[in-house]
Amino acid sequence: MARGFGTPSTGEKTVRYLLLVLVLLITVGPFLWQLSTSLKGPGEDVYARTPSFLPSDLTFANYAKVADTVPVWTYAANSLVVAAIAVVGNAVGATLAGFALARLRFRGVRLVLGLFLATLVLPGEVTIVSQYVTVRSLGLTDTLTGVALPGAIAMLNVLLMRTAFAAVPPELDAAALVDGANAWQRLVHVGLPNVRGMLSVVVIFTFIGAWDDFLWPLIVLSDPGKYTLTVGLQYLNGTFSANPRVIAAGTMIAFLPIVAVFATLQRFFFRGVEEGAVKG
Amino acid sequence: MTHRRWFTPWLLAGPAVIWLAVFNLWPAVNTVILSFTNAKPLGGGHFTGLANYRRALSDDQLVDALVNSIVYLAVCLPLLTLLPLLLALLVERKLPGITFFRTAFYTPVVASAVVVALIWGWVLDDRGLLNGLLGQFGLTDRPVSFLTDRWLLLFSAIALTTWKGLGYYMVIYLSALGNVGRELHEAAAVDGASALRRFWHVTIPGVRPTMLLISVLISVSALRVFSELYVLSNGTGGPGGRDMSVVMLIQMYSRGFSGHIGYASALSLLLFVITIGPMLLLARLGRKAA
Repeated sequence: MARGFGTPSTGEKTVRYLLLVLVLLITVGPFLWQLSTSLKGPGEDVYARTPSFLPSDLTFANYAKVADTVPVWTYAANSLVVAAIAVVGNAVGATLAGFALARLRFRGVRLVLGLFLATLVLPGEVTIVSQYVTVRSLGLTDTLTGVALPGAIAMLNVLLMRTAFAAVPPELDAAALVDGANAWQRLVHVGLPNVRGMLSVVVIFTFIGAWDDFLWPLIVLSDPGKYTLTVGLQYLNGTFSANPRVIAAGTMIAFLPIVAVFATLQRFFFRGVEEGAVKG
Repeated sequence: MTHRRWFTPWLLAGPAVIWLAVFNLWPAVNTVILSFTNAKPLGGGHFTGLANYRRALSDDQLVDALVNSIVYLAVCLPLLTLLPLLLALLVERKLPGITFFRTAFYTPVVASAVVVALIWGWVLDDRGLLNGLLGQFGLTDRPVSFLTDRWLLLFSAIALTTWKGLGYYMVIYLSALGNVGRELHEAAAVDGASALRRFWHVTIPGVRPTMLLISVLISVSALRVFSELYVLSNGTGGPGGRDMSVVMLIQMYSRGFSGHIGYASALSLLLFVITIGPMLLLARLGRKAA
């Protein structure tokens, strides 16, 4: 088995690609199966013992049928609003705070940092009930603001941004200080250009997290007209479980946008991984 | 030296500090307070002492939920510690097209748990793909009730969580493998060590800190499971409501006219207590690493 590490043998390559394709079938296969189901017309028996993988009676009617059953486009818009608030809030709030905590000296900075860190041992589910009580006392139950507000600045993101700002070489900052730059100028001209990788990871994950979230909107929202996509999908499934084609179409409406977003931004994500941004 | 205003840092950190106080610290304190009351989802509530905790002690559904959590943990922990490492080794080598495979393997992670559970619900249905295939190959003569049997439903949810987690932990391992010296591998290979021996003596020691971190992450997330069980059981918690998780109970009591915020808060504290073990371990590992 002695061989160079740069050039694997043809045999090894073949085995590797076979395994890769096998894992691909396991991880992506179910999504394709669901996509196929969503495109099958009423003339095709989806319950058949040997269902065909490709739709023989291809149709997009199921997507229209979802919209007839539940206001799915409103749900999608609601999810988008929640995700947009979360992305803007975290990009701005976590960046400003991360910079202050890493680069500015002020009384109480250690205490504040300690409190941010302490929240990490607190799973979101533990405080979700009293979170609901807080949102209720703000009069925000059954509103998208109520869904988006608590996560608009996530503590983990503040800490991630702090780590990124702390890694900026101090010489750069010192030069700016000598030139008489104020805190804002140091943030914009020295800090930001050097934390783009982390910022993009924060933005990608905030968007995905807000779009995919289920438990919190399920607790805050009770009016079916105001649901986000995930809650709306479960509602669709619970109420009209008869037609798997329609449910499949609904899941694709929630799934395809997030895949598109991730596929577009994945190079930033994997670059962030290599820089050590993702460590749980 | 420029003159610096003392409040500049507070202006920048201000919004985050407000969020820290209002949406993190206060809810933590309030959870404790609420757990001693009979507060309802629609408002109100009086101090009721330890009533909620006494109720928890005799709650059969809670016992089921804790048993489910233990089973969840026991199955997920070994699978998700090992399989993603093998996957990471598979995609580590920069072969043509490897970026495509890495991204594709990550797809289940970016999909919502609701989407994933609905897809698997359809695959595991009595008349779904898996039962169709099992029947086709003559392995079963009638459909296996993956979604309506007390234990099969739990194991279906566990399978789903494992499947969804593969890509997530794979990426963390991938990031760690980058730091395992290639020279060590090459030296071992030159010495004639087999692939298995190299895996055991070079790879595993190299990623051990990451492995510990990952097993903590897996443990905590197994204890927090919600969406998979909720969606696969269509919100019912399975036959007799026996397939609930602690978080499902919390959600159930946080809503509606018959809800009980006080009891849900007591359950939340219980959840905190069972997740703090792995969390403390994580903190210790973090300190050691730093």
